[in-house]
Amino acid sequence: MKKDKEGSVSGTTMWKKFGSLKAWLYLLPAILFLGIFMIYPLVDVFIYSFEEGYNSASQTYFGTGFYNYSYVLHDPYFLQAVKNTFVLVLITVPLSTGIALLISVGLHSITPFRNFLQTVYFLPYVTNTLAIGLVFMILFKKTAYSDGLINLLINWFGGASVDFIAGPYWAKMFVLCFYTIWVVMPFKILILTGALSSVNQEYYNAARVDGTSKLRTFLRITLPMISPMIFYLIITGFIGAFKAYSDAVALFGTDLNAAGMNTIVGYVYDMLYGDSGGYPSYASAAAILLFTIVLTITCINLLVSRKKVHY
Amino acid sequence: MEVILQNLTKKFPGRDRKKKKEVIAVNNFSFSIPDGKLIGLLGPSGCGKSTTLNLISGLLKPTSGRIFFGEDDVTDLPPEHRGIGLVFQNYALYPHLTVMQNILFPLQNLKGRDRLSKAEMAEKAREAAGLVQIEELLDRKPGELSGGQQQRVAIARALVKRPKVLLLDEPLSNLDARLRLQTREEIRRIQRETGITTIFVTHDQEEAMSISDMIIVMKEGIVQQIGRPQEVYDNPANLFVARFLGTPPVNVFDGKIRDGRLYIGEEAVLNGFSKDSPSDVCAAVRPEGFRLCENGALGCELRGVEVMGRDISVVSGNKFSQNPQVRAIISTEQQIDFENSTVRFDLIPRKVFVFHRETEERICFEVSTGGSL
Repeated sequence: MKKDKEGSVSGTTMWKKFGSLKAWLYLLPAILFLGIFMIYPLVDVFIYSFEEGYNSASQTYFGTGFYNYSYVLHDPYFLQAVKNTFVLVLITVPLSTGIALLISVGLHSITPFRNFLQTVYFLPYVTNTLAIGLVFMILFKKTAYSDGLINLLINWFGGASVDFIAGPYWAKMFVLCFYTIWVVMPFKILILTGALSSVNQEYYNAARVDGTSKLRTFLRITLPMISPMIFYLIITGFIGAFKAYSDAVALFGTDLNAAGMNTIVGYVYDMLYGDSGGYPSYASAAAILLFTIVLTITCINLLVSRKKVHY
Repeated sequence: MEVILQNLTKKFPGRDRKKKKEVIAVNNFSFSIPDGKLIGLLGPSGCGKSTTLNLISGLLKPTSGRIFFGEDDVTDLPPEHRGIGLVFQNYALYPHLTVMQNILFPLQNLKGRDRLSKAEMAEKAREAAGLVQIEELLDRKPGELSGGQQQRVAIARALVKRPKVLLLDEPLSNLDARLRLQTREEIRRIQRETGITTIFVTHDQEEAMSISDMIIVMKEGIVQQIGRPQEVYDNPANLFVARFLGTPPVNVFDGKIRDGRLYIGEEAVLNGFSKDSPSDVCAAVRPEGFRLCENGALGCELRGVEVMGRDISVVSGNKFSQNPQVRAIISTEQQIDFENSTVRFDLIPRKVFVFHRETEERICFEVSTGGSL
């Protein structure tokens, strides 16, 4: 083979052609995979969302138009889900990023126990969502025997018990946000401690020689230096929170509409497989709406970052 | 501001947890740096020169010893209260701030009574920028500047608070050869103009020699020699200093002293040694310490000649040379007989330094009565 290659001119051009062919060959698995499991379904969902009364078993539908969207946008369950999702996003993303930043800065500035604490903070990341849900049940759920650990504490301080799982909306939302923040925190801490330790020590030395106060060093040096990472966390945080579903299930069970704690993804799921399910058209329309919301928010994020994130 | 170091010692805990062996980065350093001078801290990598600089800056705390700025003991003062300016090896310019903001940064840290108005700050920053000639770059970000320009910005930032002492850590190591030459002149000029006591660290002896009022040669945390550059070059205290200074480096020979004479091999090359000189020595000869001479004292086998325009470098070999080759620099006026396989040199006594073979300490001999044999 080698001799052939060196031997003839046509051989080399053949080889070149084969080279670009080879590149495509290497790309093929990824393209196939993405095409079949990402691009095609996305296009399909987009089409379904305009097909009224689509039935996946018989592959039939009545007509095309915007009826699905109109139905979804007038469905009180969907509006509740949108409200829940937005509340969840707007509370958890800034809070979790902020708290993670505080914890990482704290972790970064201590030497003893750093590794130990890093492990502790990382544990929730490797723990199963439902297992964490169970723990939160013990903390918050009212049963026939006890009001849950948190209520015990509230009673101890003289407050009245609150039913966090089946009680008022704010209590349920509080638990959901608490839970979400707690679940997403480890990853953020991991990324931020990494970002913090990659800031060159010389900048801090320079700041020290110039007599910069700790706060000013943090605001004027540390924060701008790690701003790309913070921005990354905010974008992925937004996307992740918009797609929240399993957290709500872990806390409030599968009938989220009844609990009034449904999310957009939960609504999509219910429309497909839930007790009221079997409506792929409505599910598709809701999914496309979610996609539009996430895309818009991400674009806004990108525009803001262009001004605020350095380098 | 005079800087006085008193028995300054810095030990770092060893990396190896089991052995617990301490690393002594700076060992018993005592020296007083006169006011308004430019001082070069010189030594090979890892000799403790940067540590010394960091001790003076206050970024590191000494294990023992004291540091005085003039009358004031600053040993326990944090860096910001010492009144120093520090230029880092990699400049440490804040990449997200413009040049102007970088220079303003130290001023904006001032609080209370020292706090200046915005106009005063801008005025001072412009003044500092003018000193290093970067006025037209003030709106740029450090990433848009060349290495030399970044260096100037770093110096301007260090100077803007009018420090009493300016410290430069390897200021030229990130610059290319031509820029280095230019920048070192610049540092010299800025130092002269401001009159600020300046200490800079370098491993490049040429750099240190060319601009310093005084150089301090260090090795393994211990000061080897302190003096004016020419003095140290002409009068090295030990073999290390002799070897470290000068390009091309000194030629070191194994020698013996018998009857007050220095022998390299069987050839007596110098006399004037006292009776109590040790017998086993090292003789270091500066490249310019050779004089071509038909019946010279030292014979070497000729390997080649490199003509460098102004002078000629004669490359030869000698059995007793510790360097792989003997390099002599002679003026172009002297003629070399290429037919001969050996060249003979006379040694210029002033350019020959004799050291104890074991301790590497300098052995003095009388130059006046010496001279070539």
